[in-house]
Amino acid sequence: MTAKPYVNPYLGGTLLGIVLFSAFLLTGGGLGASGAINRVQVSVVDLVAPNHVDRVPYFADLAGGDKNPLADPSVLMLVGVLLGGFASGLAFGRVKPEIRRGPNVSNATRLITAFIGGAIMGYGARLARGCTSGQALSGGAVLSVGSWAFMLSVFAGGYMLAWFVRRLWN
Amino acid sequence: MGPFQLTAEFGTWISYLVPLLIGMGFGAALEMSGFGDSRKLAAQFYFKDITVLRVMFTAIVVASLLIGLSSAIGLIDFDALFVNPTYLAPQIVGGVIMGIGFIIGGFCPGTSLVAASTFKIDGLFFVLGATFGIFLFGETVSSFEGFYNSTFLGRFTLPELFGVDAGIVLIGVVFMALFMFLGGEMLEDVFGKKVPADKLRFYPKKPMAWAFGGILITIAFVTAFVGQPDAKRLWELKAAELGPKMADRSVYVHPMEVAELTQNTGVYVKILDLRPQYHYNLFYLRNSVNVTMDQLEDPDYIKSLKALPANTVIFTVSTDDEVAAIGWQMLVAQGVPNVYIIEGGVNNWMSIFTPPPCLAYPKKGERKAEEPAFVFHRAVGDCCNTAYPEIRHKEKPTDCHLESFSQDAAAHSEAGEKKPEAPIVKFERKVKLERKAAVQGGCS
Repeated sequence: MTAKPYVNPYLGGTLLGIVLFSAFLLTGGGLGASGAINRVQVSVVDLVAPNHVDRVPYFADLAGGDKNPLADPSVLMLVGVLLGGFASGLAFGRVKPEIRRGPNVSNATRLITAFIGGAIMGYGARLARGCTSGQALSGGAVLSVGSWAFMLSVFAGGYMLAWFVRRLWN
Repeated sequence: MGPFQLTAEFGTWISYLVPLLIGMGFGAALEMSGFGDSRKLAAQFYFKDITVLRVMFTAIVVASLLIGLSSAIGLIDFDALFVNPTYLAPQIVGGVIMGIGFIIGGFCPGTSLVAASTFKIDGLFFVLGATFGIFLFGETVSSFEGFYNSTFLGRFTLPELFGVDAGIVLIGVVFMALFMFLGGEMLEDVFGKKVPADKLRFYPKKPMAWAFGGILITIAFVTAFVGQPDAKRLWELKAAELGPKMADRSVYVHPMEVAELTQNTGVYVKILDLRPQYHYNLFYLRNSVNVTMDQLEDPDYIKSLKALPANTVIFTVSTDDEVAAIGWQMLVAQGVPNVYIIEGGVNNWMSIFTPPPCLAYPKKGERKAEEPAFVFHRAVGDCCNTAYPEIRHKEKPTDCHLESFSQDAAAHSEAGEKKPEAPIVKFERKVKLERKAAVQGGCS
């Protein structure tokens, strides 16, 4: 089965906007991804080294003592994102093990840069108290000053470095 | 009025199911827009494909218009929505770091999950990297805690920044987005599709695009025209929900309880006195502040009340309690937590904690509502015991000598300084401290 084309971006954006609005209407809060990744991460550390979790305040807030870091709606949202992404990928014929990379890099380079980029992004997301979903989309929709400053900074950071890493993607 | 209190209104299962369904919609919308492909995301930064800009800004514009319009027409209570608090410096630095991670890794956390869900190996590696980065942050944040918590501006929105109605900001946001779409499409034509310079167009090319832009602009103007509700309209919208608290008198607190709370060091009592200033100057409850009804409708003042610590109880008081009740309505309509009314106002207060005759005497004859029941010989401010009564309880503490101790102490104090003792009155305690800001965003 060949992959079907992506939907019109303005239609996709409108659907995303309606989902975002529904999140606010139904739960009072917006969308999020990095918060739930944080909770999963803390729960893994908690399995391996529970005493360490209790000593690091940032982790202890979520998993200190008998607190279960996974008992939070954001974790269910993360599961939903995986299910929804998979369902849409299935419907449009895009579920396929593969590596998407620029034409001039090897698979290994792509996977290493994906990991490094992910690590940088994960770090920045926690520093900014939210990622593109939780800050830019959700905070942007309720017109939070900090979220708009964040959003512009993300684009600024990306464009600043884009020229230097152009070999990765072109 | 939204947002819904899922657990309270529909039970635990619905409160689990809803985030799951929202997540599914989120994941599906990202996937079908092409956000599972790192090349498509990275192309944004080379102006070859501005899908990221289109989808993200369309989503923000659509959601903010729906929220702004629903709030204007009273469908949703904006005060009850989670607004990401502003910590300007860490958000800007964190944003730049994320931008760098974005162009190196080709995803953001949400899109990498979607990529991983369709078995893109690079997406999976990005998720693992992000998990590691988040772990690293938790390990290191304590070394720069000061910066992490710096430039805190709290719940701070663009309409507040510019001092205009949210609808006006939305008009600006819509025009900015449409301008960026047109500019972005032109850049895409130049860098992606290599369209010759003489064929570039800075206007929508398809009728659908005109219609889409027109709808967004119309909604923004309607939102601005209706306007966000002020305190009075908010009360009208919430009267059905909050009115019963007044009808069953559960927010009318007996003066004895108020006096008792002012002596409770674990509770911060803030008394807002709504009487005219000349009445306030004659006599006021200690630590109360004289405010006008206009102040209670001033967003900045409301913001300062909401910023008080979580153990704050706010009381409104007037000569009787009718004006105080209107003050209560203004405050609760605007989402100020833990607000109560002093039952019977200053008149009732003074009939319980009666001032000595040398300071004031009861007024004789009929009096109108909100007219003082006592006449003062001179202005006393808060200097008599009536302004700050000490409470003695009728219930004798069993197996405890405190009561006799206090009596001994009274006997040993100098005769001239003997304070008038508060009468022993039975009353029902009504104040319950409620936790503020129950709603959290997806980032916690």
